[in-house]
Amino acid sequence: MAELEGIYTIWLRENKRFLRYRSRILTSVVTPLLWLLIFGTGLGSAVRFGNIPGGYQAFLFPGIIGQTILFTSIFSGLSVIQDRQFGFLKEILVAPISRPSIVLGKAIGISTTAILQGLVLLILSFVVNVPMTIPVLMASLVIILIISLGLSGLGLLIASFTDSMEGFNLIMSFIVMPIFLLSGALFPVTGLPSWLQVAVYLDPLTYGVDALRGIILQSSAMPLHVDLAVIIFFASVMILISALVFSKKEQSLM
Amino acid sequence: MEYIIETQDITKKYDDFTAVNGVNLKVPKNSVYGVLGPNGAGKTTLISMLCTILHPTSGSAKVNGYDVSQNPKQVRESIGIVFQSRALDDMLTGREHLQMHASLYGVPKDVREKRIEEILDLIALGQKADEFVKTYSGGMKRRLEIGRGLIHHPKVLFLDEPTLGLDPQTRESIWEYIKELNKHQDVSVLMTTHYMEEADKLCDEVAIINQGQIITANSPKNLKRELKADTITMQVDKLEKFTRLAEKLDFVKEIFVKDSEIKLMVERGENLVAELVNFANQNNIFVYSIELEHPNLEDVFLKYTGRTIQGER
Repeated sequence: MAELEGIYTIWLRENKRFLRYRSRILTSVVTPLLWLLIFGTGLGSAVRFGNIPGGYQAFLFPGIIGQTILFTSIFSGLSVIQDRQFGFLKEILVAPISRPSIVLGKAIGISTTAILQGLVLLILSFVVNVPMTIPVLMASLVIILIISLGLSGLGLLIASFTDSMEGFNLIMSFIVMPIFLLSGALFPVTGLPSWLQVAVYLDPLTYGVDALRGIILQSSAMPLHVDLAVIIFFASVMILISALVFSKKEQSLM
Repeated sequence: MEYIIETQDITKKYDDFTAVNGVNLKVPKNSVYGVLGPNGAGKTTLISMLCTILHPTSGSAKVNGYDVSQNPKQVRESIGIVFQSRALDDMLTGREHLQMHASLYGVPKDVREKRIEEILDLIALGQKADEFVKTYSGGMKRRLEIGRGLIHHPKVLFLDEPTLGLDPQTRESIWEYIKELNKHQDVSVLMTTHYMEEADKLCDEVAIINQGQIITANSPKNLKRELKADTITMQVDKLEKFTRLAEKLDFVKEIFVKDSEIKLMVERGENLVAELVNFANQNNIFVYSIELEHPNLEDVFLKYTGRTIQGER
């Protein structure tokens, strides 16, 4: 009971923080729209993309949702670094609640904000002429939740090994961008050179984007149950590992 | 006597550096106990071990009867902590900080709002309670942190350098506040400080720590008395004559002449002022002024460590 309350408290703070940084809410909607409207239209005009009604823009739509969740989840996970710098993490870590509860509260809180962003984007689907129905919307939100839990777990894990925001560029170049570019958000994952193919299938976000594409566009590279199995596995492993690391490393986190 | 904190040879080593070296601390219940020492003496390391933030390398400690290594959760439930560095979230309001803390520490829901109101009253945030912490002054942030540390009615409140970086006026008000707290709430306070004045004014008992070891522990009054060195400063009309005669008095341990002032080092100076004036009069020496100074904790520290507390970092 006390643990549940702890999880709720940390969840609540995460959401309050998100809603209070107005600029973050704005950019989290504007950036995907820029991708869809400029990049989508630009590349869409240059390449023939006949296999999906709505063309490249429609194909890009689930990918950009995946990208938004990726950035939100990892960066919110990394906010633990800031919490540590401002000392607020200490306040949470000396409280009489277990470390896994702290990780879980954080991850669920981040996923909630990711769902809010996903919801806004899904409603904006008319911009790129993708039809949206309530069942599709609900199913998409479930996928978003699962991907976001995994990625926020990854963000928390990275944060627990990073002392300052100095490492931000490294994390961007070596973790976030590869996950984004390899996920097939921007191009189809079939018919690639084999070295790229392997890298693409190692990326957990590939399965998330593929699942979203399957649900929203009824066109996916893999069956939905495979996608689901992979992202659920990824989310469980990430949350588990970061809960473990937070328990083990609690001394050096404070 | 009942002790709320007891440590046994508690030690923290980092590679070849020993931050805290075999400290034995006994903090009486309901007292304000000060750990006094220069920067880098091991104060924060000691307090961190007592708060379960750091594991001791060896030795043990009990807080409110619970072992810090074996029952960290029970220890955490018994204590409130105000860290040396700020531990607030700029994007939350003061009230939200208190609510969050209350639920993390399992304050029962039915008394939560009442406690929060009590604490807000106590820390006098007024209208600011519902504004973001980023708009608060340094003193308000500190008061909020102290208030937050109290909301779950801890048995021990740890204050790590509570007035570091605050202006003198705010510092005075925090002192008043801590005193009031100790008087009216059932809470023992363990604080670290490197301000002598702070330790002197607030603490019932002080432990002086240097290079990870406790050098001495006693009440500020007794510590100063141990020095046996009050200073009597006199101005007289016949300087040389008086100095020559006074040197022979057996209660005068040392005598210095500085400009037109004579400084006599004595024990229990309060009993000697009248005697010195009479002595001067008997020898036809006129006393212009006489002044008695007790040693301060700074002198105590100097005696035990051979350096001033602010001397080096």
